[in-house]
Amino acid sequence: MIQTFFNIEIIAAAWPIVLSGLLNTVLLSLIVVPLGLFGGLLLALLASIRHPLVRWPLMAWVDFFRAFPPLVLLILLFAGLPFAGLELGGFACVAIAFFLNTGAYYGEIFRAGIDSVPAGQVEAGRSTGLSRLQAMTWIVLPQAVRNVLPDLLSNTLEVVKLTSLGSVVAVPELLYQARQAQSLTYNPTPIVVAAIIYFLMLWPLVRLLSRLENRALAGRR
Amino acid sequence: MAPDTQAIVDARAIHKHFGALHVLKGVDLKVAERELVFVIGPSGSGKSTLLRCLNRLEEPSSGSILVDGIDMLDARTDINHARQRIGMVFQSFNLYPHMTALGNVTLALRKVAGKSRAEADRLGQAALERVGLADRAGHTPGQLSGGQQQRVAIARSIALEPRVMLFDEPTSALDPELVGSVLEVMRSLRESGMTMIVVSHEMGFARNAADRVVFMDDGLIVEQGPPAAIFESPTHERTRAFIGQIQRH
Repeated sequence: MIQTFFNIEIIAAAWPIVLSGLLNTVLLSLIVVPLGLFGGLLLALLASIRHPLVRWPLMAWVDFFRAFPPLVLLILLFAGLPFAGLELGGFACVAIAFFLNTGAYYGEIFRAGIDSVPAGQVEAGRSTGLSRLQAMTWIVLPQAVRNVLPDLLSNTLEVVKLTSLGSVVAVPELLYQARQAQSLTYNPTPIVVAAIIYFLMLWPLVRLLSRLENRALAGRR
Repeated sequence: MAPDTQAIVDARAIHKHFGALHVLKGVDLKVAERELVFVIGPSGSGKSTLLRCLNRLEEPSSGSILVDGIDMLDARTDINHARQRIGMVFQSFNLYPHMTALGNVTLALRKVAGKSRAEADRLGQAALERVGLADRAGHTPGQLSGGQQQRVAIARSIALEPRVMLFDEPTSALDPELVGSVLEVMRSLRESGMTMIVVSHEMGFARNAADRVVFMDDGLIVEQGPPAAIFESPTHERTRAFIGQIQRH
């Protein structure tokens, strides 16, 4: 059993491949998380302009990309765009798909955070001469982010897990590399190793999230 | 006010509609420099809305407003610049909870008035001194009492050296024992010559500090005059009824 699923020799042989996958997963996360946060912030700021001409297209955009499965979106970009004469690499496709998909999720979180800040805060700032953007930057956003920190972290966890979708379009991230190693060694051990690495990488974040959520609950009481 | 004195606030024929609701029905209000005007009236009479129109937190539906010679409703007016001259104090303080008292006071000094951090800190500290809270500069609003919070909010306004200050029920959210300290600060502001428009039910304060009391009802100014005249011998039935009601409590 251990020989099959946790074979030390295979771990040793597959380690360089799996390690390069881990590095790519970290790299991919470091790209798609800020990209998603940026996209989300942009959407939320646009949503704070309550003009119907902005509001309705924005709602349609967010709804569409939340309802659309990210895997389908990714494959569509990767396999569909070449037919339109646009050949992007797997990495670029993952970045774009995540910008669209997780940006919509982050956007809803930021929007809820912005809505949670009382209107009197903005009025106080505007009454001292701050512009709309200054009031947003210095007064609303710091409070908004603090109020939705657990949700932001929770979504970030999901995003890091979703980077494994990159394996479908041949981005050599952790899961893809583990599968490569598996097919080279005819042994499932590399997949087990990848699973353990995912867990060890994300578990501290999950702990942190629990503590934040408990603190938020205590604060509400 | 005498007709020949220079008005620092000159609002004319202000109307405000909220949808089908006609909240202000043509209000004229002139305030002279250094004058303290008290605005009283039943809830829903439009007094807070009038105040909020003066610095354009609410957009009047029609009318004209001049503050310190600036046309507040002209689209070409830099409203953010104009608002520095008009301080506002809110019923619920509206301090920024994520900043210290000093941070609250210095934000606009730095971002609007363009002061350096050191200069803003110096001015902010001086403003906190004026409201008697120099030793609370590093406290966040959560660590301050309601009365202290409202005094920080006043400091936030006066740090910008406004030409006129608007008070929107500044003591209504305070426990009775904390009201005095806020009124004390308002009194010293008045003695320093600040022009003030105050919406409030603090009748004792109105009596001995106000130059003029304005009674509003149903979106209109019903009558106005020196506090003694309004409180002792109101000419309108509605004023009499309102004064009688609040004095019974």
